[in-house]
Amino acid sequence: MTYRRLRGTATGLNHVIIPEQKSKKSHINHPSVSHHPNQFETTRDLMLRLTVNSLRSNVGKQVLGRNTQQATLVAIVQTNGNSRFRPFSTTPPTCSQLNSLHTFTEEEEMLRDSVKRFAVDVVGPRVREMDENEEMDPQVIKGLFEQGLMGIETSAEHGGAESSFTSAIIAIEELAKVDPSVSVMCDVHNTLVNTIFRKYATKAQQDKWLPLLAADKLGSFCLSEPASGSDAFALQTRAERKGDYWVLNGSKMWITNSKEAEIFLVFANVDPSKGYKGITCFIVTKDMGIQIAKKEQKLGIRASSTCTLNFDDVKVPHENIIGGDKLVGQGYKIAIEILNEGRIGIAGQMLGLAQGAFDKAVPYTYQRKQFGKPVGEFQGMAFQIASVAVEIEAARLLTYNAARRKEEGREFTKEAAMAKYYASLVAQKASGSAIEWAGGVGFTRETGIEKFWRDSKIGAIYEGTSNIQLNTIAKFIQKQYS
Amino acid sequence: MRPTSVNYLKVLVPVKRCVDYAVKIRVNAAQTGVDTNVKHSMNPFDEIAVEEAVRLRERMPKSVESITVASIGPPKSGEIIRTALAMGADDGIHVEIDENAPQPEPLGVAKTLAELIKKKKNGDVDLVIMGKQAIDGDNGMTGQMLAGLLGWGQATFASKVEVLEGEKEVKVTREVDGGLEEIKVKLPAIITTDLRLNEPRYASLPNIMKAKKKKIERVTPESLGVDLKPILETIKVTEPPKRVGGGKVESVDELVEKLKAAGVV
Repeated sequence: MTYRRLRGTATGLNHVIIPEQKSKKSHINHPSVSHHPNQFETTRDLMLRLTVNSLRSNVGKQVLGRNTQQATLVAIVQTNGNSRFRPFSTTPPTCSQLNSLHTFTEEEEMLRDSVKRFAVDVVGPRVREMDENEEMDPQVIKGLFEQGLMGIETSAEHGGAESSFTSAIIAIEELAKVDPSVSVMCDVHNTLVNTIFRKYATKAQQDKWLPLLAADKLGSFCLSEPASGSDAFALQTRAERKGDYWVLNGSKMWITNSKEAEIFLVFANVDPSKGYKGITCFIVTKDMGIQIAKKEQKLGIRASSTCTLNFDDVKVPHENIIGGDKLVGQGYKIAIEILNEGRIGIAGQMLGLAQGAFDKAVPYTYQRKQFGKPVGEFQGMAFQIASVAVEIEAARLLTYNAARRKEEGREFTKEAAMAKYYASLVAQKASGSAIEWAGGVGFTRETGIEKFWRDSKIGAIYEGTSNIQLNTIAKFIQKQYS
Repeated sequence: MRPTSVNYLKVLVPVKRCVDYAVKIRVNAAQTGVDTNVKHSMNPFDEIAVEEAVRLRERMPKSVESITVASIGPPKSGEIIRTALAMGADDGIHVEIDENAPQPEPLGVAKTLAELIKKKKNGDVDLVIMGKQAIDGDNGMTGQMLAGLLGWGQATFASKVEVLEGEKEVKVTREVDGGLEEIKVKLPAIITTDLRLNEPRYASLPNIMKAKKKKIERVTPESLGVDLKPILETIKVTEPPKRVGGGKVESVDELVEKLKAAGVV
């Protein structure tokens, strides 16, 4: 028999080791014990039941405390897959795998500190200039690559950091606290471009392209067109086969990173008669002849380049189809699944934006004195600040919960949509409030608070508009309730 | 300790976990010290020391054999050692003291480090690079005391360090009140770092992940035979008096008058 004992019990009580029994008749395998923690009988009843059962059955090496009835029960863990258990101890569960969403691994905490410093020291001084000039500073891009922030989830074999998805969200959040433009560049590169290679590309493609993307080549994700945004599958860029290469014709619009990127993932239709089932994902490099046309002049995230790309008989080798022959016409699946994850990235960006604006304005309210005291101490102001803080915390929990669900391998589409929708809402509110709290100073470009408000508007628009998110969530609800 | 040739230097970098430099510190309610329920990080001068050790290895890869980081502190000091490993150190030693024990004093720290150096299993330490002072105590004594206890040479307030390839000496430029002083010290030696020595790197993500696999050895002061009981008692800690506004004067005569009235002249 195998024994599983968990540490961490209330002081002063003895604990009983219950052997793990694999037989189906075992009382200890009672569903209420390990599979459905929310349906527990009262703790005391359960303790008594299991203790009595264990006394009855042959338990061999069981250790009995003196007061068996009062013994704190240690829960049984079933080692088959995803079962969860509940510690009954009253002390903080050191053994529990159920942690608050404020718990991160040591590496994730170290990454947060490191990115925070990088963002403040290297990106911070350049933010205003980059925004005024609508240009990303090459030093910032270089710095991101050097810090290993452009291959966060990529395996070490391919030159990446082999970290968790949550690590990527942490990096995106910390960058957004300083500059949402830099954050979105890191987000698109990691959660869209890198992930497509990691999940759908052939081994040969991964070996060739992932190291480049981790080292110094910026990536770009090209789906939207002048005539297709939310209705992504109505895209019209055409790919025609000519022997061992394809010829791409059409244009893409609203493409992030386009000016600085060298590796483009382009969605084109190989067979319009099949509708969206002809959409295929191609790896296109700048030197294949992509024309970077109009660079948009935007309200916000101005340092992030957003351009129109024209494809005029661009020749792409057949081996550049992501996933090879079997994924021809499967591009729509890639797009749907990848944007699901990208949604959590944007939620992280909007969350960082909201927090950054908040962190800039609130200390000022405790310094600025009017009518003899700091404006932040007036109850009206304090209530507004508290209210926004609650909203930011809610957005934070939605975002990190969606990220953890994805890591657990659970369905996360609805949660990702909720996180992105809500975070973009909160970003608007928080940054708008931040300007008002700082008063006239908040309205000037010098302090950088107004920039957050301008940057936040795109949150409700890109990577799935808010209406699309609500649509997604509504569909899940309908399925569940009807 | 025998002087060693420059080949295969074993470097020891002691680091300390202090209140983060950006935190607004407040005196605690009991007036015995500063409120420590705030963000902590590595002493900035110690970061410079770790950076210098890593740069030394980058400049002369064949000459540096190992960079060991050591810290004396509560369990949370482990995070600081981890950060140093992520910056490029090879392994760490954590002299663990109780969470609620009083902070060790410079002499205690110096004694502990001396014992660590004497007992180091993988061979003698050739070079100790450490911060000139910690930003919480600001004592600036530990490096000098350590040199005294070991009988080694010391080069403090270093703003430039040059290890002379093939020789048994280090050339150090020191920042002193009168300007810059250049000295040569025989190895083994203690170097304490000053602000302008270098700018520490950010721990990049791949290095943070690599640091997971590096070893940290845990010891206690008792196992080294050191007693860290404080010999000084802090009686009171108060904030400096708040600044009061000054006044503008129109002429030199008025100034002299005001100074006379204040009893200063």
